[in-house]
Amino acid sequence: MTTVHIPFLQTGTLAVGGRLLEDEERSVQSQADRPSSLTKGHRACQGCAEALAARWVMDTAVEAADDKLIVANATGCLEVFSTLYPESAWKPPWIHSVFANAAAVATGIAASLHAQGRDDIRVLAQGGDGGTVDIGLAAVSGMFERNDDVLYVCYDNQGYMNTGVQRSSATPTSARTATTPAVGCQPGAPVGQGKSMPKIAMAHEIPYVATATVADLRDLEHKVRTAMSIHGARYLHVLVPCPLGWGASSAESIRLSRAAVQSGIFPVIESRAGELTDVQPIRQRMDVEEYLRPQARFAHLFKPGGEDALDRWRAMAERNIRHYDLLGERS
Amino acid sequence: MTGHDAPPTHGLSTGPATSLAYHTGTWRTERPVYVELSPPCSLACPSGEDIRGWLGSTQEGAPGFEAAWRRLVSANPFPAVMGRICYHPCQASCNRGELDEEVGINAVERFLGDTALAEGWELPAPTTETGRRVLVVGSGPAGLSAAYQLRMLGHSVLVREAAGEPGGMMRYGIPAYRLPREVLAQEISRIERTGVVIECEAPVTDLDAAQREFDAVVLTMGAGVAHHVDIPAGAASKIVDAIDVLRDVASGRPPLVGRRVAVYGGGNTAMDAARTARRLGAQDAVVVYRRTQEQMPAHPTELQDAIGEGVRVQWLSTISQVEGQTLTIERMELDEEGRPHGTGEFEELDADTVMLAVGQDADLTLLENVPDIHVSDGVVQVDPTTLMTGRDGVFAAGDVSPGSRTATYAIGRGARAAKAVDAYLAARVIPAEPAPREATYDRMTSWYYSDAPKQHRGELEAARRVTGFEEVLTGLDAEHAVFEARRCMSCGSCFECDNCFGMCPDDAIRKLGPGMRYEIDYDYCKGCGICAEECPCGAIDMIPEVK
Repeated sequence: MTTVHIPFLQTGTLAVGGRLLEDEERSVQSQADRPSSLTKGHRACQGCAEALAARWVMDTAVEAADDKLIVANATGCLEVFSTLYPESAWKPPWIHSVFANAAAVATGIAASLHAQGRDDIRVLAQGGDGGTVDIGLAAVSGMFERNDDVLYVCYDNQGYMNTGVQRSSATPTSARTATTPAVGCQPGAPVGQGKSMPKIAMAHEIPYVATATVADLRDLEHKVRTAMSIHGARYLHVLVPCPLGWGASSAESIRLSRAAVQSGIFPVIESRAGELTDVQPIRQRMDVEEYLRPQARFAHLFKPGGEDALDRWRAMAERNIRHYDLLGERS
Repeated sequence: MTGHDAPPTHGLSTGPATSLAYHTGTWRTERPVYVELSPPCSLACPSGEDIRGWLGSTQEGAPGFEAAWRRLVSANPFPAVMGRICYHPCQASCNRGELDEEVGINAVERFLGDTALAEGWELPAPTTETGRRVLVVGSGPAGLSAAYQLRMLGHSVLVREAAGEPGGMMRYGIPAYRLPREVLAQEISRIERTGVVIECEAPVTDLDAAQREFDAVVLTMGAGVAHHVDIPAGAASKIVDAIDVLRDVASGRPPLVGRRVAVYGGGNTAMDAARTARRLGAQDAVVVYRRTQEQMPAHPTELQDAIGEGVRVQWLSTISQVEGQTLTIERMELDEEGRPHGTGEFEELDADTVMLAVGQDADLTLLENVPDIHVSDGVVQVDPTTLMTGRDGVFAAGDVSPGSRTATYAIGRGARAAKAVDAYLAARVIPAEPAPREATYDRMTSWYYSDAPKQHRGELEAARRVTGFEEVLTGLDAEHAVFEARRCMSCGSCFECDNCFGMCPDDAIRKLGPGMRYEIDYDYCKGCGICAEECPCGAIDMIPEVK
């Protein structure tokens, strides 16, 4: 008879919780009394992955910081839907100043706390891809370069969604937005433009850079905890599907994230001091179509003339799989 | 109040407030609702076991074993027996088969059955005594299942058995290498300890007298009489009924069968007879069957095991004559409708003994002078809902009545007859059950289930098997049984994985604690559908909101 390692737990750590898990194996989100830092009544759209990711990140950070956490927020969906005057959906101390300066505000808070001898209070800054990759990049880069004691979290939904779905420099190639319509010989967002914020962060050689998605709660909580255990500048980049901007069903936000990772489109990595230290291997290989087809912003890829663009997406996935060894062929 | 005498606002026109004041539930066009669906395993189980339920208790490890067993025996008082001999249609329909391999339900059932025998767990005692008396005729799986369920309902039950020992086909038809007699005896005596009285060598010959003595009668005489076909045979030929051979072996009187045995037929009895012949010393056991492997009624695992033990099968063949030790075999061919026809081509086959396994009939001598009980196709006809025969207060279940001739089906029908008798004695109508909704695989999100192959039961080496009647399949140990139980995906029933609770972007689900599951806060739920989409076991429906 084959011998096996027995503690097999039905869903293991793939689900949020599980009655068969030991206490220490349970996620923060599975606790009935979790902080729920972003509480009910916020005005995010149905199925908003940014709202979900923000609660996951913040709850883990609040626990890791023993409730002593201050949050600075850039302008964007997250700020707009959570704080409609005079209401706030945030439980931790939370500040919003302007679009471009969340990293600078966080730096100031950290410096002030340090001057007061309150290094026990931790600082987190957050924003969308617009506030991070485009408008706030200078402040973010400065915060990285000075190695300020801030965890910066970018929720990347790949566009300016709350102002009407305009392209950002995180919008992927071929994606249809209000400013990159699906017309002409190269429909959608132009090929060869845009930036990879995780790579930019790694180039600053800051202590910790990681990527995560809402398709893997354990991984995301682990990365937030790791980041909170380090002092200095840290960066976490979370892919957050936007049902409105991506033209997808509100129920599919997690499924799309899973397809992004399992197709090789979104590599889930960890880096320390500029060096790649960990890569999450693909568990069930999926084709890029499983990621692209449910999204109306890519509908033109599946019409006559879309073949070249679809091939480019396949090539992108292949390149990531090769570059990050996502199938574990080299390890 | 004017602007001048209002309290200072420090630049704010109103004080800070929480978003809890805003009920986003009004946005909803669809609402998530937790549902409890029937899993395909239970729907396929002729005994009607709550398989998902008892696997769920087994998942907890040793502390859950007794609870698991108790859930199991509420439907089937023979888990150690059925864990060995059941053809487990549950496994053929298991959703996990779509993912990797079906859950080894039957092996876990046997583990629980064996553990209960080792631990001495007893069946529950009836909570009431009705004072009503029921006679069960025959002590096979249908009879004992009916007797047990009737006893649980508080009735006083007497089982009358014509043979020397109780068990019916479980004792006299199924060879010991598949079902050790000790296991059967223990599970039967456990039923007797609930107060069921079994009288052996007590054939019932007068139905009218029985009805005067008892408030209801359940007929479960089985189908233990060999069906016969006419084969021209010389006086020196040795032709026996396979079922008699099995019965003689089970009674401790193994017959001499010679070195070469031919078995005529293609059912499970034919397989048992051929495998038994090998164990009785036959070097060559040939099954002669007139159709093809695809049409064979024997269960595929039985055929596989038989072939593994050196049994040969001659397909598309009939025995047309037996002369001395020579069989004349006619080759058959199938017509367009799949029926076999003779080809006129003959060959010869040597055999010391020919065993006939061409079907079994019910022994209906008890009903010969009972005109109001209708017999057709060789079985007692019953009302499909109440299982009552044409005579008031007389019910029938198992092989003596229509339906599949397997022990698991007999157990299910026995239990159904018990329910019907109970309703009859109380002059109640059995309430109609709503049609079950099946938890189909397309509802599941299989991503969340850990990868794990089935824990196969070890099989004795084929070479070792044919030397005796020791058991062929070994059981699982506790570790492997728990592992196997945890492979259950809990199709259509929440197992508290926390996905809905953890993945709600609107924080609109409350976790109520272990065993209490969850509650949706419809004041805030926007109806995005993520909970339903990401529920691993498909236990959440999205229902359109009605204006």
